[in-house]
Amino acid sequence: MKPARFDYYRAGSIADATGVLAELGEDAAVLAGGLSLGPMLNLRLVRPRAVIDITRVPRLDTVELRNGSVATGAALTQTDALESDVVRREIPLLALALPWVGHFQTRNRGTLGGSVAHADPSAEIPLCLVVSGGTIVLRSQRRERRVRAEKFFLGMLTTARQPDELVVGLEWPRAPADAGHAFEEVAQRHGDFAICAAACRIRLDGGDRIASLDLGLGGVESRPAPVDTAAFLGRPVDASMVQELGDQAVRPLAPLEDHVATADYRLALARVLISRVVHDAAADARTRRT
Amino acid sequence: MLHVKADERRRIELTVNGRRRVGHAEPRMLLTDFLRHELQVLGVHVGCEHGVCGACTILRDGRAVRSCTQYAVQADGAQISTVEGLAHEGKLNVLQRAFTRHHALQCGFCTAGILMSATHFLTTTPRPTEAQVRDMLSGHICRCTGYAPIVAAILDAAQTAGDT
Repeated sequence: MKPARFDYYRAGSIADATGVLAELGEDAAVLAGGLSLGPMLNLRLVRPRAVIDITRVPRLDTVELRNGSVATGAALTQTDALESDVVRREIPLLALALPWVGHFQTRNRGTLGGSVAHADPSAEIPLCLVVSGGTIVLRSQRRERRVRAEKFFLGMLTTARQPDELVVGLEWPRAPADAGHAFEEVAQRHGDFAICAAACRIRLDGGDRIASLDLGLGGVESRPAPVDTAAFLGRPVDASMVQELGDQAVRPLAPLEDHVATADYRLALARVLISRVVHDAAADARTRRT
Repeated sequence: MLHVKADERRRIELTVNGRRRVGHAEPRMLLTDFLRHELQVLGVHVGCEHGVCGACTILRDGRAVRSCTQYAVQADGAQISTVEGLAHEGKLNVLQRAFTRHHALQCGFCTAGILMSATHFLTTTPRPTEAQVRDMLSGHICRCTGYAPIVAAILDAAQTAGDT
């Protein structure tokens, strides 16, 4: 299908974009790679009065190492992120997840910021940002503010972004050198929407016991679901620990049910993927310790 | 800041297969439709129009991308390559000849997009494994071939290009 008519603004700067957003608010949609907004426009699921193109805003596609974190610009493409040495070295979880994001042809134009602003429940990048303890940087004419990823994703395609705010970047805490990572996903076809995805970061102490464990699920609930792992610190990663963790993780979940998968199937997948990512991340951590 | 009103036809100038081309588009015109209807570049195929099927895949500034999820007004100044640019003086290139040899197309609807993806893919991954080729192909839907001959053709083209 073809989109309904819209005005087109090509922002030359962040101030250009926030200026239009201040004026039009919810009547304007921000366009980066267009891999989410494009289909929604073409299918007329959204009919904004104006589209603000941010793909030509200078320096919005950068990767910068700053003290304890990596700042990625909102319009950084998924391909450029995947090819970035800084991303691979400092945010290994994101590097593991990116090959699961769409396909070669969509990653070439799809952006990190667009995926986060769109907030599809099955999206990998929001899940990684939550598990990494990352932050979304928002800019409006009024102010700049930072929102922790855990507080940003509110539900299906719903975020804490106000109508006059632009997602300008993401901040990823640098992964500790001894942390192990794993990302796993089940979809109908590789690159399709995740029915369930799991992301894990683990650190082990000298006695091979869990020193820290960050874990989250995507595609199961309407937003990335962090798993409470406090009860498992100090324990070794073994079959019974992983089984208990899976039991505890799925108990509070309110899983989605759709034409692709039932709620029960999503929970079954969650247990399997939790087991895989915790074991794989622990194995990765052991290789990094030596 | 450039502002194009919804019903305004904006002049767009870009490069298609090495030639400078000019056309007009209102903001909602898909790049796919601009290439086909304004510039008569009919090798760009219209499939799902929401980024899933891959039939409209072109190279923009060297990268394989969907042309249906971007708009013509965004492409002012872009370097576009389409399937029409692959053959040289009427002679099919290495990749196209491999497709012919392996019967990697039947109806041909998806083929133009797949050729453009494979073109970019082989520049980044000149010696691909079968798994890598299949991963790249996951961004295309072909209802005729069952993909096996397409995979074979791309592997063959990589081999042939590597030998010469």
